[in-house]
Amino acid sequence: MSATASMLEARPARAGHRLSRLATRLRETTCSRSRRRALISYGVFAAIWQLGATSARWLGHPVPVLSNLPPPTAVLTTWGHLVLERGYWHSWLTSFVRVGGGFAAAVIAGVPFGLAMAMSRRLRGIVFPVFELLRPIPPLAWVPAAIIFWPTQELSIDFVIFLGAFYPIVLNVLGGADAMDERLIQVARSMGASRWNIFRRLVFRAVLPSTLVGMDVSIGITWEVVVAAEMISGGGSSGSSGGGLGFFIWSSYVGGSYPQIIVGMISIGLAGYLSSAALRRLAARFLPWLEASA
Amino acid sequence: MTNARAPHLGRFGAWLRSPAPYLALTGYGLFLLTWYLTVDVFAVGRFARMPGIASIFHEWLSVDPTYGVSIHTPIYYQHIVMSLGRVGIAFALATALGVPLGLLLGWSPTVKEYVFPVFEVLRPIPILAWVPLAIIMFSGSETPVVFLTFLASFFATTLNTLLGVRSIEPSYVLAARCLGASRTQVFRHVIIPGALPFIFTGLQISVGVAWFSLVAAEMVSGQFGLGYLINTSYTMVQYPTIAIAMLTLGLVGYSTSAVVRLVGDQLMSWRRREHAR
Amino acid sequence: MSLGASPARGALRIERAVKAYGRDGARTLAVDDCSFDVAAGEICVVVGPSGCGKTTLLNAIAGFHSLDGGSIHLDDRLLCGPGRPRADVSSERIVVFQDGALFPWKTNLDNVAFGPIVQGTLSRAAARDKARGLLADAGLGGYEDVYPSQTSSGVRRRIEIVRALMNDPAVLLLDEPYRALDALTKSVMHESLLELYVRNRLTVFFITHDLDEAIFLGRRVVVMTARPCRPKAILDVDLPYPRTYDVMGERRYRDLVQEATTAVHEEAMRAFDVGDKEGPS
Repeated sequence: MSATASMLEARPARAGHRLSRLATRLRETTCSRSRRRALISYGVFAAIWQLGATSARWLGHPVPVLSNLPPPTAVLTTWGHLVLERGYWHSWLTSFVRVGGGFAAAVIAGVPFGLAMAMSRRLRGIVFPVFELLRPIPPLAWVPAAIIFWPTQELSIDFVIFLGAFYPIVLNVLGGADAMDERLIQVARSMGASRWNIFRRLVFRAVLPSTLVGMDVSIGITWEVVVAAEMISGGGSSGSSGGGLGFFIWSSYVGGSYPQIIVGMISIGLAGYLSSAALRRLAARFLPWLEASA
Repeated sequence: MTNARAPHLGRFGAWLRSPAPYLALTGYGLFLLTWYLTVDVFAVGRFARMPGIASIFHEWLSVDPTYGVSIHTPIYYQHIVMSLGRVGIAFALATALGVPLGLLLGWSPTVKEYVFPVFEVLRPIPILAWVPLAIIMFSGSETPVVFLTFLASFFATTLNTLLGVRSIEPSYVLAARCLGASRTQVFRHVIIPGALPFIFTGLQISVGVAWFSLVAAEMVSGQFGLGYLINTSYTMVQYPTIAIAMLTLGLVGYSTSAVVRLVGDQLMSWRRREHAR
Repeated sequence: MSLGASPARGALRIERAVKAYGRDGARTLAVDDCSFDVAAGEICVVVGPSGCGKTTLLNAIAGFHSLDGGSIHLDDRLLCGPGRPRADVSSERIVVFQDGALFPWKTNLDNVAFGPIVQGTLSRAAARDKARGLLADAGLGGYEDVYPSQTSSGVRRRIEIVRALMNDPAVLLLDEPYRALDALTKSVMHESLLELYVRNRLTVFFITHDLDEAIFLGRRVVVMTARPCRPKAILDVDLPYPRTYDVMGERRYRDLVQEATTAVHEEAMRAFDVGDKEGPS
């Protein structure tokens, strides 16, 4: 009787079959209606930008906000040149290293911290209020304090980055633990599991999904803080140990090359997107069962 | 767990009797104690350069502060009001634009296919990366700051509203259609109230993000404001004032979040009663 | 509204309905060559193993999705069929959902009054009055001004049915509405549903797993095969209305349950062998 269902499933017996299926899917996705609409969307956006930026020339008088912008054509040409320059890619690397480092530190510190609070009510009662008290203070507000405290500028930047990434992770670990089904723990206890075992097998696995969400949010914030820190410290008093895409933007601004600013902005956006995507890939590799249960 | 002898205390009384408030006090106490010990008493290494608790609170509460900023000086409140005002305008604009846009994006696949791609290209760009562009685009010193704050808030609000619409149980929509509601009526009677919880969570996040961006923007450009205060206190080596500004930021930021949450609770009284059962 | 006051409406005729899911390459047939009738003013209960396609059929009648083949007529009017794959969603066929769909942000009264208000057939005040009356008739007065979340699930279901009745539907479609309730609450639900049925002479299309429930409520019970579903057996439950729970002791009742059990069991075993994943049927 299972024949009914399987009868209707295609059986790609030959490679030729598979290829033609791939071709169909490719055609579907590229020529699909939503793709077309997305392209229209980008097109309109670029058109408005181009027209607004060059309005002084063709309209006679400049349009208020947009005419101050460099046009997309200038941005593209500048980018074409930059891609060949070593310094540009070095900025990429510097920022990525900072993001990676800060994020990793936050994960290493944050996950156990969150789990500890999840496991022990007493610890949570003591520590969480202080945690919540300090949370509304934006990470950047910590920059001067960090600079005073830490010996090198790099360390103070990393500290601030760490702070920014730390909070979402802890919050999401806690949230995941709270949302966990109590009954799972009860079942484990009734089967005689020790506290450590309960933790290792149940709690840890249960908080993974929301921890990953926390990591996703955290990566976004990390990029924000990295760029901010790079701009502030680079554009502030000591500009020597700057570097990174944030600093690139700031020095482009100070140096008056406006198209480069936009190249920097897009680069950062791209970098942020790539890191999120990489994170999600890693998660999918190591936690395939998450997808199945979703 | 209501006490029969003092029924009016109700939930508050229950909270008082639980270990929660005492643990919290212990936590705050330990935190302050550690700070006091490491900075004032033992002056361990690097900690010696930090402002001590005593000096911070002394400065904060004194009538004639050394660096000119305390709760008794008008300039303190000027900074607060400046920052609050900027956040207020930016947040209001972001909500006024972001909520309708989010609702539309969640509700109409057509609108989403046309608008969302550009939105998603702009969103990953960190807010601070917009600073130079904002300065170039807008004249004056106020507008760029408000613009940046607005931008951050706007993205967060729109996205969360969109998610809110998506999170609505399809059976509510179907039930409304069965009962004869037109698409517009479904939007008004089901989508908007149904998305409201998510919207308000998003608004709270949005306020937080607004403060984040505001402080960053103020530190880079602009005059007056708590971020500006932090920056200048640092450059002028007035360390206790930095701490004062930070703590004030924490308090004010928390209050604005609380206000948003309270407004949400009011609008969604049906949720409140659910939890009060 | 009393028995026989107006000619009963809601006769459904399902002919050779076909519905498949999924994209090319992995299409699963949910409903295949399914034909049966529901007489006007009758309670017709559809039972079958989980995942067999019953809800798909209900959704097609309600207009939530289209049919790939075959047709459905309501009172000799075409709902969906060749040339018109999808029925309109309208208040002549109202669904009561499995997990309940009372709007949490409206009071019970506003929920019940919703239909006529959005359709414009009654003013807000008139709709609320009528709703109050219906709720009182159903023994639910006193729940008007609280929210669904403050009401027990049994009462919520009953209110949802009253909400549907406000709109005088031709067919009431119930998709396992009592699935999540305990046995005691269920028995109360059954009796109240039958009470409403007798008073309003509705046509009811009811889906369930529970055979006792099916035989107790239904005038005819359609036992469906495993997926893709089509009628395997149609039981004629000739026990008179109004029924009370004593009927469960009667010989005829127990025979019917036995008959239904055998039929369902066969299909359940088939579904089990295939390893079908439970889920929306």
